[in-house]
Amino acid sequence: MLLRHTPKEIKERSALSINPAKTCQPIGAMYAALGIHGCLPHSHGSQGCCAYHRSALTRHYKEPVSAATSSFTEGASVFGGGANLVSAIENIFTVYEPDVIAVHTTCLSETIGDDLPQMTDKAKKSGKVPEGKHVIYANTPSYVGSHVTGFSNMVKGMAKGFAVNTGRKNGRVNIIPGWVEPSDMEEVRRMATLMGLDIILFPDTSGVLNGALTGEYKMFPDGGTPVADLVASGDAIGTLALGEWCSADAARWLDTQCKVPCTVLDMPFGLKSTDRFIDTLRKVAGVSVPDTIAFERGQLVDLISDMHQYFHGKKVALVGDPDQVIALTEFLASIDMKPVHIVTGTPGNKFEKRIEEITAEAGYKANVKAGGDMFLLHQWIKNEPVDLIIGNTYCKYIARDEDIPFLRFGFPILDRVGHQYFPIVGYKGGLHMLTRILDLLLTRTDRDETEEKFELVY
Amino acid sequence: MNKTILEERKSQMHRIGEEPFAMACNRPSLAGAVSQRACVFCGSRVVLYPIADALHLVHGPIGCATYTWDIRGAISSGPQLHRLSFSTDLQELDVIFGGEKKLEASLRELIALHSPKAAFVYSTCIVGLIGDDMEAVCRRVSADTGITVLPVMSEGFKGNKREGYAAACKAMFRLVGTGDTAGISPMSVNILGDFNLAGETWIVREYFKKMGVEAVANITGDGRVDDIRRCHGAALNLVQCSGATMELAKMMEEKYGIPYQRVSYLGVEDMAESLYKVADFFADKDPDIKAKTVALVREELSVLMPKLAELRRDLEGKKVAMYVGGSFKAFSLIKAFRHLGMRVVVVGSQTGTEEDYKELAAISDPGTIIVDDANPLELAQFIKEKDVDVFVGGVKERPIAYKLGVGFCDHNHERKIALEGFVGMYNFAREIHASVMSPVWKFMPRRAAGRVTCATKEAVNG
Repeated sequence: MLLRHTPKEIKERSALSINPAKTCQPIGAMYAALGIHGCLPHSHGSQGCCAYHRSALTRHYKEPVSAATSSFTEGASVFGGGANLVSAIENIFTVYEPDVIAVHTTCLSETIGDDLPQMTDKAKKSGKVPEGKHVIYANTPSYVGSHVTGFSNMVKGMAKGFAVNTGRKNGRVNIIPGWVEPSDMEEVRRMATLMGLDIILFPDTSGVLNGALTGEYKMFPDGGTPVADLVASGDAIGTLALGEWCSADAARWLDTQCKVPCTVLDMPFGLKSTDRFIDTLRKVAGVSVPDTIAFERGQLVDLISDMHQYFHGKKVALVGDPDQVIALTEFLASIDMKPVHIVTGTPGNKFEKRIEEITAEAGYKANVKAGGDMFLLHQWIKNEPVDLIIGNTYCKYIARDEDIPFLRFGFPILDRVGHQYFPIVGYKGGLHMLTRILDLLLTRTDRDETEEKFELVY
Repeated sequence: MNKTILEERKSQMHRIGEEPFAMACNRPSLAGAVSQRACVFCGSRVVLYPIADALHLVHGPIGCATYTWDIRGAISSGPQLHRLSFSTDLQELDVIFGGEKKLEASLRELIALHSPKAAFVYSTCIVGLIGDDMEAVCRRVSADTGITVLPVMSEGFKGNKREGYAAACKAMFRLVGTGDTAGISPMSVNILGDFNLAGETWIVREYFKKMGVEAVANITGDGRVDDIRRCHGAALNLVQCSGATMELAKMMEEKYGIPYQRVSYLGVEDMAESLYKVADFFADKDPDIKAKTVALVREELSVLMPKLAELRRDLEGKKVAMYVGGSFKAFSLIKAFRHLGMRVVVVGSQTGTEEDYKELAAISDPGTIIVDDANPLELAQFIKEKDVDVFVGGVKERPIAYKLGVGFCDHNHERKIALEGFVGMYNFAREIHASVMSPVWKFMPRRAAGRVTCATKEAVNG
C-alpha cells in the first residue's frame, strides 16, 4: 500500500504539511492570465517556478501552456529583479508579440521587495511597451494563501489594469466565473446568453485550454477575454462574482472603484446554487427566465428523482478549493448524500463556518478543515470510511489503498483526459456530475455483489 | 530565419554544414524567454527523489513540494516513502522571522512518524534569502535522533538544473563511506545516473548479474540509503546521465580511488558497448567475462534484431525532432533511430555543454538543426520546417507536437514503458511505430488535405 505510512491515530502536527491539498499562488495567477486573449503570463522569479507551473497546467489541460520568466540569477536576487523585468518585457514584446503581458511575482521577488508597479511603470516610460500593448500585474507571494489566492489576485489585477469607468453605462454584465474548467466558462456564457444578457466574462480560458487541433501551433489561441471587454468592465451595470475566494475581490474592486454594483454568489453547481445564479441574472437584466432554461432545470430535477434512491445516505470525502467544495457540498447534501470529511488546503476560517452551516441545515455534522492536507483527509477516512472520494488526482492513492470509488474533480487532474470538455456548472453540468457519481457507485455494487444478487436492471 | 528567433538566441543554434560549428550554451536563459528549463531545486529533487527509504522534506512555501510530488515514475521495489510529499509550508511570518524552528519541528515529527533511513532537506529560493541555517538544524536533529539528516543546498535562483545536480551529489557524498563494505565482490559496480523509470534499472542489473558483476548501489533509481553508504566498496562507477551524477563519480574517484566510466543503456550499440566496457574492466579478474558478455549480447540481439527489422519497414525515411533534458540521451537516441531507418533532423537539449553539442554535431547528418534551451515557437518552427513525423520530448512539448499533428514519444520522467536495455530498444521502437503509424494522423490538417479533396469530389460526382 502506497500510503502504508498513514497512521489511523490523528496527532496534532505543529509545523508540517504532508501530501498537500494546495499549491502556491503564482500558478493560479498564470491560469487566470491565460484567460485573457493574446496574453503571455510572466513569472517574475527563478526559472523553475515558471517551468513547474507550465508543466502542471499542461498535465491538467493537455494543451500547450506558454509563459515567460524573468530567469532570476543570484545577482538579481541580491540586487533586485528590476533590470530582469524591464528587459524581459522588451524581449517578450519583440519576440512573442502578445497584446498583454500579465506579470506575477514569486516568493523570491516578493521577499527581495521588487516593486512591480514601479518597474512596469519604468518599462512603459522607457518605451519598452509598444503602442496599444499592455502590462498588468499581480502580487502573488507563495507563502500567503494558496493557488486560489493567486488566481483571485490576478483576476483583480485584470480589473485594476484595464477597467475604465467612463461614466456611461454600457448595459453589459460582468461575470467572473472563478477557477473552473474552460468548458464551465463556456457553459456560464451559454446560460447568460440564453437569458438574453450581454456579458463580459473574465477570465475566459475556453478556446485557450480546450482548443481544437488545427495543424498550427499558436502561442496565443483564439479564445480569451478581449482587452476591449476588460476595459468595458468598468462601465458594466453589474458584476456577478461566482465564488467568494476566487472572484469576489475583483468584483468588489469594480464596485468601489468603478461603481459597478456586485453580487457574490456560490459557484453554480447543482440545483440550488444554479437557481440562485439564474435568478440573479434575471434580476440584474430585468428579464424573465426563458423556457429553454426552465426545461434544463426540469431535466436536472427529473434526473435527481430518478437517481435519489441510490444516493441516500452515501458518505463522501471531499477535498478541493473553497469555492468549488462549498458549492459541491451543498449539491451533494441536497440530493441526500453525506459529505462527512471536507478538506481544503486553502486557509481561512470562513470556509469551515460556511460548510458547517450547510451540513447543519442537512441535519448532520461533518469533519471540516481549512488549511488541511490529504494526509488528514486519509486519517479521517480511516476512522470513518466513506462510499465515495471526490477530489483531484492526488486522491488516487487514498482511493486505491482504501478501495473506495473515486471521482476526479478540481485541480489538478493529471491522469485522465477530457475533463476540460464537460461542464460541471449549471443544470447541464449537474446532469453530467450526477451521471458520473451514480456510475461509480453502481459499478462498485456490480463488482462487489454476490453472483446470486448480481442484478441486470437497476 | 524569421523573427521567431531572437538575435541573442542565434548563437544557441546551429545548422550542420551551413556554418562553422560554434555554439553558446550553459548560460542563463534570456529574461523574458519562454524557456523549457527549470531551476536548481528541480535538479536536486529529480536526482535524489528516487531514494525510496529516505525522507524528502522540502523547506519552503508549499509550491515546491506540490510540483515535485511523485512526478517521476522512479519505481521502488520496496519502500514507497519517497512518493509522499513533505513540506514546511512556510508562511509570511516564517519568512519574516525565519523558518528554522518550523524546520526542526517538522523534521522531528516526520522522523518520529516514519523512522526513515536518512532525511534530505531541500533548500528553496526563499530559504536562501532569509538565511535559515539548515546545516545547523540538520546537525542538531541528526545528533538527537540518530538519523542522518542531510541539507541539500538547492536554492532555485542559483542557476539551472545543472547546479541542482551538483548540490544533490554533494549531499549524497556525505552518505558515501559511512557503511560497511564487507562482502562486496571485487567484481562490482555502482549504477549512477539511472532512475529506474518504468523499472529500467532492473533490466540493466539483470544483465550485470548474468555477467557475474555485483551492483552495489543504484544511484538513484530504486535507491536505498544503506546501499549508498557502502557504495565506496564497489570497484567501478558506471555513469549514465553524466550531467546528474558525474560530480559524485569524480568525488568518489578522488577520495576513494574508484574509477568511473561513462555508459548509456539506450539503444543497441550503446547498451552493448556499455556492457563490453564493464567486461573489459573486469577481464583480469574473470577471464570468462568477455565470452559471457558476448553471448549475452548475441542472445539479446538475436531476439531483438528481427523484430526491429519488422518495424523498420514502416519507419524507413521518417523524420524525428527531439528535445531532451541532458544531451547524453540525444547521442544514444540518434543512433537508436538509425536502426529504425529514421533520421533525426532537429535535436535540442535544456542543459547541454559545448562539448556535448560538438559531439552531437559530429554524429548528426548535414542540415540537422542543433539548439540549446529552445522555446516553443522555435520548436514549432523547426518541426514544420523539417516536416517531422515524430517528436521526442517531455511533458511541455507533447501538446505542441500534437497541435502540429505530429506523433510523440515521451522520453522523460513521465514515460511508462522501459526504454533501456535491449528489450527497452524494442519497446522504444514499438512506441515510435505506434505513434508515427497511428491512423489518427490522417485526420490532421497537414496530412488530411488531399483526402478531403478526394472525398468531396466523390460526393460531388455521386
